[in-house]
Amino acid sequence: MSPPEREERARGRRRRRGEQAMVPEAEFSSYYGRPVLKPPRWKAPDIAGYFFLGGLAGAGSVLAAGSQLTGRPAAARALKISSLAAIGGSTAALIHDLGRPARFHHMLRVLKPTSPMSLGSWLLMAYGPAAGGAAVLDVARLFPRLGAAATAGAAVLGPAVASYTAVLAADTAVPAWHGAYRELPFVFAGSAAAAASGMALLTAPPAETGPARTAAVAGAVLEGAASRLMRRRLGMVAEVYEGGRAGGLTRAAEILAVAGAAGAALLAGRNRAAAALSGAALLAASACTRFGVFYAGVRSAEDPKYTVVPQRERLDARAGAAS
Amino acid sequence: MGSLIGRNLLAGSEPGVAADAGYADAPERVGFFTDTSVCIGCKACEVACKEWNAVPEDGLEFTGMSYDNTQGLGSDTWRHVAFIEQDRPVGTDAAGGGLRWLMSSDVCKHCTHAACLDVCPTGSLFRTEFGTVVVQQDICNGCGYCVPACPYGVIDQRKEDGRVWKCTLCYDRLGAGQEPACAKACPTDSIQFGPLEELRERAAARVDQLHDLGVDEARLYGADPEDGVGGDGAFFLLLDEPEVYGLPPDPVVTTRDLPSMWRHAGAAALTLLGGAVAVFAAHGRRGGRR
Repeated sequence: MSPPEREERARGRRRRRGEQAMVPEAEFSSYYGRPVLKPPRWKAPDIAGYFFLGGLAGAGSVLAAGSQLTGRPAAARALKISSLAAIGGSTAALIHDLGRPARFHHMLRVLKPTSPMSLGSWLLMAYGPAAGGAAVLDVARLFPRLGAAATAGAAVLGPAVASYTAVLAADTAVPAWHGAYRELPFVFAGSAAAAASGMALLTAPPAETGPARTAAVAGAVLEGAASRLMRRRLGMVAEVYEGGRAGGLTRAAEILAVAGAAGAALLAGRNRAAAALSGAALLAASACTRFGVFYAGVRSAEDPKYTVVPQRERLDARAGAAS
Repeated sequence: MGSLIGRNLLAGSEPGVAADAGYADAPERVGFFTDTSVCIGCKACEVACKEWNAVPEDGLEFTGMSYDNTQGLGSDTWRHVAFIEQDRPVGTDAAGGGLRWLMSSDVCKHCTHAACLDVCPTGSLFRTEFGTVVVQQDICNGCGYCVPACPYGVIDQRKEDGRVWKCTLCYDRLGAGQEPACAKACPTDSIQFGPLEELRERAAARVDQLHDLGVDEARLYGADPEDGVGGDGAFFLLLDEPEVYGLPPDPVVTTRDLPSMWRHAGAAALTLLGGAVAVFAAHGRRGGRR
């Protein structure tokens, strides 16, 4: 087919309001501009909210165990309570998002290694009771050994809870998620560490938050670096992380993470109000990151450009290599 | 079943797809060959599918997209006829202007490596003995994971119902030895039903025939068992690039990369755990040395 012919054909181009073109528009064909993929039908507060709460819970359990082992009982207790609340909220959000909530238990009909949602359901079945036991036994001051075992169990499973959600998103045809499968778990792990550290700064006495302050900086750095690598790898698909609603959220997340981490490092050790403010900024940054990733994925599925152009380039490269 | 060990079942060619799913005496794998070069856009397939499967109304909307107000496959549209008007001559020797009108009946591809089936957490989506992919409606809990997993944008959730729906390749008719309703209704044999192996041979012969007639654009889509989804159970003969028909040019089953995804997530989880251990080790016990 000659280039002018290609130009004449229906062009899949829908410019959204207020959106700036960052690179010249890619040339591609589509069926009346209609999406090739179906975007996720998940509700953002439920699923992006779950990504955030799951990270907060999972990383919180790790910090709780560390705090308990190193003589920081108030921080440990606060983080155990927040992990229980976060995983409880996650479970409610996940069930609420189902088309048939009354059939939520069908998630446990099978254990299916090819389905991250199946493995995730079983992971939550193990993690939830551990996190719950850790919190309840600590608050009730009952069975300290059982409480310690639950705390340890939650700390071992917590990192999996915090990072598997990246696989949940990446194991789809959504270009902005699947194409990011190498970096997304690190974005999520860093974001989770920052969120849990933020929760510690918000709820624990400053004398016990030394490790949380360091973890806040480390988490923010990991998230920022992984996010940049991810966008570099995505090429033209990275547009969806830079423009529109996702772009705003991604930028807000960066600003809040830098502010929160700086506050945690410089001020939070001395001033309770500064600690609380830094903690809140870190929590908000993590939430913005997750909602940004969510909306970026939806947009990349809704615009045929992000499906057709990378696949066409792949095909052309293969044809070029063969000839 | 022992033969499953050590094989990559997530991608690549897989000749015995039903046997690998556990059927001891599986019948031949069946599918559709949709030859769009003889489609006349009558939409008999859309109607037959709706009637046989009692698929609800899918919206009555004027689109201005040639003769297509159906728009695309979805929970309530299991066959969709695309209409593409092109400003170019029809036939092989016409000079000057003209209108080429492409029509093509789209359907679920019943992939060899079906992402919808792979990611379904309840086991609601399953592989039938015929090698097709079907939703068990009494199991589906409407988690919606299959929807963004499908590289073709086929399966979707019914809002009022909550569950997901798509083409069953008329599983009920297959069980009774009948061909699917759309193929039965197609007046030009654009939709051909049969054993997949036989359809692939027939399709290759048809492409050769069209090339001999000078129709150089004729090409098969989804017929190659080595493609990104291991070949489609429902494949097509197209007269232009796939994306012109709303099809992805190089679809890949997302679970092909799942082992690598888990490795990266595992590394990220260990980074989180190891990082926390390092941070607490550096800070030491509270009240102790810092």
